[in-house]
Parts: sequence; structure tokens; C-alpha cells
Amino acid sequence: MNLTLRVWRQAGPDAPGRFETYQATDVSEDASFLEMLDHVNESLIESGEEPIEFAHDCREGICGTCGLMINGQAHGPERATATCQLHMRKFADGDEIVIEPWRAAGFPIIKDLVVDRSAFDRIVEAGGYISVDTGSAPDGNLIPVPKEVADTSMDAAACIACGACVAACPNGAAQLFTSAKMQHLSVLPQGQPERYERAVAMVDTMEEFFGSCTNMGECEAACPKGISIDFIAMMNKDYRKGLMKTRRSA
Amino acid sequence: MTLDSKIPDAPLQDMWRDHKFNMKLVNPNNKRKFEIIIVGTGLAGASAAATLGELGYRVKVFTFHDSPRRAHSIAAQGGINAAKDYHGEGDSVWRLFYDTVKGGDYRSREANVYRLAEVSNNIIDQCVAQGVPFAREYGGFLDNRSFGGAQVRRTFYARGQTGQQLLLGAYQALARQVAAGTVELITQSEMLELVVVDGKASGIVVRDLVTGEITSHSAHAVVLGTGGYANAFYLSTNAMASNVTAAWRAHRKGAYFANPCFTQIHPTAIPSSDEFQSKLTLMSESLRNDGRIWVPNDPDETRAAADIPEADRDYFLERKYPAFGNLVPRDVASRNAKEVVDAGKGVGPLKNGVYLDFADAISRVGKQAVDDKYDNLFEMYERITGEDPFTSPMRIYPAPHYTMGGLWVDYHLQTTIPGLFAIGEANFSDHGANRLGASALMQGLADGYFVLPYTIGDYLAPMLGQSKVDTSASEFAMAEQAVREQTDKFLKTNGTRSVDWYHRELGKIMWDHCGMARNRAGLEKALSEIPALREEFHTNVRVPGSGSSLNSSLEKAGRVADFFELSELMCRDALMREESCGGHFREESQTEEGEALRDDDNFAFVGAWQWQGLGTDPALHKEQLTFDNVALSQRSYK
Amino acid sequence: MATKVTGVTEGSPPSPGGGRTRRPFLLELYGSAVGKKYVMAITGIVWLGYIFAHMVGNLKIYTGAADFNKYAEFLRTGLLVPIVPEEGALWLMRILLIVTLFLHIMAAYQLTVMNRNARPERYQARREYVAADFAARTMRWTGVIVLLFLLYHIADLTLGWTNPAAAGSTPFEKLVASFEQPLVAAFYVIANLALGIHIYHGAWSLFQSMGWNNRKFNHWRRAFAVGFAVIVIGGNVSFPLAVQFGLVG
Repeated sequence: MNLTLRVWRQAGPDAPGRFETYQATDVSEDASFLEMLDHVNESLIESGEEPIEFAHDCREGICGTCGLMINGQAHGPERATATCQLHMRKFADGDEIVIEPWRAAGFPIIKDLVVDRSAFDRIVEAGGYISVDTGSAPDGNLIPVPKEVADTSMDAAACIACGACVAACPNGAAQLFTSAKMQHLSVLPQGQPERYERAVAMVDTMEEFFGSCTNMGECEAACPKGISIDFIAMMNKDYRKGLMKTRRSA
Repeated sequence: MTLDSKIPDAPLQDMWRDHKFNMKLVNPNNKRKFEIIIVGTGLAGASAAATLGELGYRVKVFTFHDSPRRAHSIAAQGGINAAKDYHGEGDSVWRLFYDTVKGGDYRSREANVYRLAEVSNNIIDQCVAQGVPFAREYGGFLDNRSFGGAQVRRTFYARGQTGQQLLLGAYQALARQVAAGTVELITQSEMLELVVVDGKASGIVVRDLVTGEITSHSAHAVVLGTGGYANAFYLSTNAMASNVTAAWRAHRKGAYFANPCFTQIHPTAIPSSDEFQSKLTLMSESLRNDGRIWVPNDPDETRAAADIPEADRDYFLERKYPAFGNLVPRDVASRNAKEVVDAGKGVGPLKNGVYLDFADAISRVGKQAVDDKYDNLFEMYERITGEDPFTSPMRIYPAPHYTMGGLWVDYHLQTTIPGLFAIGEANFSDHGANRLGASALMQGLADGYFVLPYTIGDYLAPMLGQSKVDTSASEFAMAEQAVREQTDKFLKTNGTRSVDWYHRELGKIMWDHCGMARNRAGLEKALSEIPALREEFHTNVRVPGSGSSLNSSLEKAGRVADFFELSELMCRDALMREESCGGHFREESQTEEGEALRDDDNFAFVGAWQWQGLGTDPALHKEQLTFDNVALSQRSYK
Repeated sequence: MATKVTGVTEGSPPSPGGGRTRRPFLLELYGSAVGKKYVMAITGIVWLGYIFAHMVGNLKIYTGAADFNKYAEFLRTGLLVPIVPEEGALWLMRILLIVTLFLHIMAAYQLTVMNRNARPERYQARREYVAADFAARTMRWTGVIVLLFLLYHIADLTLGWTNPAAAGSTPFEKLVASFEQPLVAAFYVIANLALGIHIYHGAWSLFQSMGWNNRKFNHWRRAFAVGFAVIVIGGNVSFPLAVQFGLVG
């Protein structure tokens, strides 16, 4: 199949960007979206041009490195699918495809389609962990975890931190990411001691970088792991309680 | 230099405990006087960095990813083994040890493997405490499954994303230390040189992948947790950026590289669909529990799978191994698939796969039951191939997956360069010639959480009072210069072919001659082709762009250059090892039935290679392996 | 890249959020975006309750002018009397409504500013929305329309500034006089549709913002929002239409 690509090119963080048009020819239907870009890049290199920079790594939808705005949708048209798992058979011969980077103040552009998502690490550093030193853990079966709770925790923990939630959110908010990272721990018995301090610290850090939630649900629809916005509600509750509780312990 | 594995002189069961007592300690208040550099933030690197930070050392951790959580440990699906025996099946540390040594086809060090089995239980406890959402039974207790043909249920799992969850646990522990200020996290920076001063590892030189800046960092010790090298084959289940560069540059500075030819080929990956395929996707091995593997009898078969009658099908594993059938170990399943595909009986448009057929299981237990059991695997297959595996069989083919070889380390996980440690897949230890399923995660975390944090103290303790080498030392300047020269050279070569083109060509040579089955003629051919291609690479590669901004071609060029040199060593090692063991199958060394035939008299050793310069043959050093606790026996799956 | 510069602290690592400076709870809550959403939700609930009661009370136009006028009189002179003086409850309610409306608008404004700053550079290509419905995306605009309508509504029927009825008319007469003007009736209908869209999203959204989440009732939230909006707006829209079609008057 043959496609016309309009790709955002930007030489650096402060450089002006623009769309460039490329023809992708003889693309296999079985190719993944990123392989299609590889193919375009090979021909760019052959003709002496700089290839399109895009972030990617595992190419099996788990590392969360890839992420492109494809035709106005984070990770493209297929639901619950990361860009690397999107295949060209979802497009038709002759299609025009517009590719943009994630755009958010918290995700400054590094080059072309690559953005800096280190704000996510800052949110986790604020409290997205359980404070347990290596070696101090009791036997794993000492704390029974109801299966339903473990499953809920896993639903949240499935987050791959790709940033699609922020990219898709009309407000550039990171509520889905933050709540998933938080509730993964906060629903578990192990996560209770720090539950409310965690909520306050992570939300406060999140708000240094990202916008606010207006409950539109675009994040959930864009999430390659289908993480539910229920976790956002749970986070909001923990945050409110957290503010109360941190006062009490003052 | 003779290899001293520093195995303590004690009975196996007491060895690690005694040794922990005998090792020198660093007083808690003195730990902050030591700086440690860790390269890599996968299971091993992140867990080590977090633990050393907790202990009070000052740690600098480097990753070329944009976040520690992107390391390829995240992609491990199946699970992690531990000898908990939560189901009262008679499992024990001894049995896990025994299975691992046997599974490794008797090419691993008993002492290391025993320690691994011993700390396996601590890993589960630690991960549970961190909030890793392991699968639970309805009573709330930890669930297990049997994996990779183990006869007990000892594999802990978190859906099909165990690696992800364990890595996130380690990443979170690391994040806690970053917040506490004990660990400095440096992302998007690739280690390109190891700096050795007065014979000791004293620091590294890294390139900032975003700005191109080249900087030196010094420390009292350097730890590499930089993963495996399966991407030497180009197409593998590894992530695109997984590479051998850090380990290889250390090798060039004097660290021996052990058993490079021990690579694991996983039998159940989705076959590539065209030449431009960039990576192979693994389908969980558990599919072989219900799927039947077959190919058509007739190489010229044109009918759709469902239309081929039973009489015209060859269920080759069930035919050759009636007892184990489709559940033979990974290497056996892989080799047999290769055999039928080489005989022209492959299936699919490129005739490069074998069928994995669930028709029987579906008619026995129903479509829904099969779908439930394998979670999202059927959907994932359909997404990638566009074929519905409920109506036509899956197509699978083996793919390079894991590398047992790596930097040689002693019992302390220290390489042959004092002060340089290697952990996780980056070292050679523990798995011998073949890794059992659900053992990679176990080893990475064992090294990082429970082994290195003790053994590194033994190295550091005598250095109390010594400050680290300053980066103004001439060795750092020289290393920086070498990095700069290499970078400039790639940018100036301005040849005609892309880095990926050379990587693909190298991969083809390696897959054809140093893949699932190897022979003298093929390996010698590879050993003549690789240097020639490498020469061409260095004179004809085209790396566009500049060195002062993000430039993925430039990053890849350095990595592929190292894969070229490593590949040669892999072939050389495979040629040297005139026996078949585990993942290494020499066609000259097989039983009458075509099974792998070990040669314990001549090859019960670790082959550790010493770099002697490009173009000069590396020197082989042998570490003899002794088996005092597990009797050597030939595997049989008939 | 992204080198994290932190002072090396010794001793035990901090627990998450340790060492925060603390302000009074409400200020602290309002200081955050999550807290502002609480404010929007709580003030929204106050107004939803008011709008609902307002609509139910006004249904009395269908039982006759006397009932309606009596009800209006009761609100001024009967509500909570003698616990509070006459008109006391009315003024308390007015103050509550003004304060909550102010907070609702202020929070909305501040969040809008924050959200615009969170994406300083817009997407250059057209967005393709999947989940965000028309109501969710137009909250700001329906909010502005409703606010303008509210001001007119007060000027018209409470203060009587723009009402064509003579001074000293009964509330019922004022209402009929107003709704007999086709343009005014049309404006009421349009503004109420905007209000309906606004409260549809609001009535769903408040559950999220308030952290009221329970898988057992979550699937009812949408139904509640739709039902609530339809009932309130259905009632409200019926008033000008009833006057226009001569059913009331």
C-alpha cells in the first residue's frame, strides 16, 4: 500500500516545527506502524536526509516508550493499542496520515516526535512507592490479599506510562497516570500506611506539571491498557482524606 | 591470569550464610563515603541501585532510556520462580537448585546456582511488600503455576506481565531513593567507555543522547546491569535498543567474556512477515500446553490448514517424543521446528513457521475456555498477524530470546577487572547453557537485591579513606577522546548504507550459522564473513545528522559496531565448544537419535575470553566446573 | 539529560509528602486543582438542588395563579418562619447561591487558565475525540450562556427591570407577561437547553470529582445525569411553551 504522511519535524526543543510531507510506498499490510516509519526513514537516509526521530523500544506494547498522535488520536485509531502494536492493515491504500508528537507543557518536545516525559518519574518519586527496605519484608503469604483487590491493583498497575492519557486529554492532565500509579498501591493492604500521604504528595507534584481533570474520559479511551477513570475518582477521595489526615498528625 | 571464582570453602547449604559472615563490612556511617556507579535500570540495575541507596552508599545510576522503567525486563511475561513450596508439593531450595543446574545442562557453577535458589524466597517476600500485585487465590494467598515443564508449581506471576510488575517494584524502590537523595538518576545517557585506573574500575564515560555532551563520572566501583545481547541476531524478542555496548566496552578494557555462544532460542514467537520486520514478538510458552504443533507432509502443500486432512499432517514433536510431545524443552522444540522448515515444510506466506493448532483443545473444552485460559494471547496474535487463531492455527517459529553468556564474574559477581561488577543477564552466571523458564527475573533480582549489596562491601571496605579517582585523571580524558573520535568517525564516513542495513546483514549471518544449530563449516564461514562485513560497515555506513542532538542512527552505529565484534566472538566460542549442550547445538555432536550430546570430559568448563585487540585472536581461559552435588546425566525426553 | 539534582540527605528517607507546610484545610484543598474540582462539584450540587426545587415549585403554574402566588409568598414569608425572621431563609438561600455561584465560576476560571497553560502549544492537526462528548467539551460555553441567562432571569422576574408587567403585579402576572413575548420565550428555551447540557455533564462529573466511586452503582451515574437533566429541563422548558401555546395565562 502507498500512503501520504504529514509528519511534524522539529530540530530541537526551541526550534520552530512544521509538517513535512512524505510518501510511504510499498508498505506491507502486515507491517506495524513503527515499521512503516522505519521504512520511510531508510529511504530518507538513502537520500541523505535526517530520519524522523520517534521514541520506541520493545515494540510489543509494554515498555511505554512509543506514542504518537496519529490522525488526531493518541496511539491512532485502534482502541487499547499502543502505537507499536498498531498495524498498517488498519489503514487503506492512499490514506493521508497526520503524525504529531504528544503536546503538553509537562512533555516538552525534544526532537521531531520525541518528547520528554520525565515529569512522570517526578510524580512517582513524590510517593509512588511503598517504603520498605530490602530485606525487611515478612513472608509473602503473611498478608492475604483478596483476589478482587489484587485484580484491581493489577488493573491499575498495568499502566505503561506512555503518556497517551496526557496527550489525549483536552486539558493536558495526567490524572489517569497518577491515579493508576497511586491506586495500584493504595488498594493493597501493603499500601495502607502511606496511603494518604502518598495521595497528597503525588497529586501536588502532578499539578506542578499538568492540567486538571474535567472528566471527559478521553484518557481512558486513549489508554493502551484500558485503565479505568474509576481510579481518578479513588484518587480524588484519597486526596481529600489525605489533606484531612495530614492535618490531624500535625 | 588464572580465573579465581572465589567459591567459599564450605558445604553448599552453609556457603552463602558463612560467606556473608566472613566478608568485610562497611560501617553504616561510612557507607556514604563510597560512591557507586550503576549502569542500567532493569531488574538487576534498579534493584541494586535502590538497595545500595537504602544502605547509605552514594549511587549514580545511568540509563539510556528516558525513564528507568523502560528497561526490557518489563517485557517478561511468564513469571518468577521461588522455592516457597506453598502447595506442599515437596519443592525446596535444593530442588530448585537441582532443576536449575540440570536445566542449564551442567554448564553452570553449583555455588552460584545454590545461592540463587536460596534467595529466591526473599525475592518474593520483598516484592510482595513493595506492592507487586501477584496473582492471588480466592483465599487471598499467592497463586502459583507450573512453568516450562517444572514438576512443581513454583512460578509466581502477575497476569502475563510479571516482568513489568517486578520492574515497577524495583523502579519504585529506586524512585524512593532518588527522592531521598541517596541515588542520582541520570537518564538518556549511554555508557560508552569504562575507565580503568591502576587496574581498577574507576568510572565511566557517557554520552548524553539528547545534547550529545560527553562526560566523565568516577566512583569507587562500577556495576553493569546492562542486559543481554540477543540483538546480535538483529531479529529477536529483545527491545530495539537492547545492546551489548556497555559490557563490550568493559570487555575491551579487560573484563573476560564468558560463554558467548550460549544463547537461548525461544520456540514460540510469531514468524516474521517480511524483510523489514524489526522485531519478533513472543507468544507465551504456556500455549504449548494445549496447542499441537504440526506441518504438512507435503512441502508443496497449498491447502488452508483446516482443509488438510489428518493423514497429510506431521505432528513431528508428538511423533518423535511420545512422552513429552509438544512440551519438550525450548531447545528441542526449536531445533525440530528448524529441521522441518529447512526441509521446505514451513507454513505461512514465507514458509517460515510451523502450526500451533488449538482445534483439538477448542473441540474438547470449548472456545471460551481456551480464550479464558490464555487471557489476551489470542487477541494479541490476531492484532499482529490479522489472522484469527480460533479458526486457523497460529503460526510460530523460534526466535533469539535470552543470552546465558556474558561478562565472567566470580562468586562476588565481580568481573576480572577489580571494582567492576556485572549483574543480571549481563553476567554469565547461574543459567549454564540453557535458562529455565521464569528464572531470568529471579536471577536479575537476586543479584540486585540480595547478592551484590553484600559482596560489593567486601570490595569497598579496604578502600575506606581513599577518595575516588578524580575525573581529571588522564585516563578519563583518553576515554572521552576515544568516544569523541568514534562518534566523529561515524558522522564523517558518509557511505551509502544505513546502520540498520548492516545490522540486518549481520543478523542473517548469525542466524544462519550461529543460531539454533551450528557446525564447523558454517561457523568458519561466519568467521570469514563477519570481519569483511565489519570492514565494509566502518567504511560505508551512512549516519546522517549531527552529534549534538538526538540522533538515533548515531546511537545505533556504536551499538552495531560492538555487535560485529561480539558476533565474531560468539562464533569463535561456538567453534571452540565441540559439544552440544543446552542452547548450543553442534551438529557434529549428537546422539544417533539426533539429540544434543554433551562432552563432559573435555568441555565441563566455562569458556572466558580475553580481548587482545581487534584483529588479534582473543585468549581463552577455562574455569573448570565441578559437580559435587548434582550427578551429571544426559537429558532424555523420549 | 534530566539530571535530578537533590541534596544528599542522610538517615532514613522521607515518607511521601513528609515535611509539607500545612495551611488551613479548606485553603489547602482549594489550592489544588483536585480541590477546586471539589469546590465545583459541591457548589454544583447546591445549584442542582436549587434548580430542581425551583422547577418543582414552578410547576404550580399549572394549578393556577392563586397557588403559584401563594407559593411565591410562602417563600418570602413562610419558609422556616418563625425559626428565622420573615425573608430570612430567602436571604440565606440567596447568599448561599451567590457565594456558591461565585466559587463555581472562580474555580472554573482558574482551572481553565491552568489547563490552557498545560498545553501552551495546541495540536496543529484536527483532534478526533472518542469519549469526550459535546456536553463535556462545551462546559465553558454553556456555562457562560447560563450565567447570562441567569442575570437576565433575575432582572426580568425577581427585580422586574425588564418585565413588561406593571409595577405591583403578582409573580404569576409577571411570569405570563414575560413568556408571552416570543423572543423571550425562545431565549428561555435555548438557555435551558444550554443549562441541560451543562448539568448533564455536571451531574455525571460530580461523582468523579467527589470521589464517589463504587462499581456497584457506577453504571447508574450516566442514567442519573440524563434523567436529572431531562426532568429539570423538561419542566423548565414547558413553562414558556405553555404560556406561548395559551395553556397557561
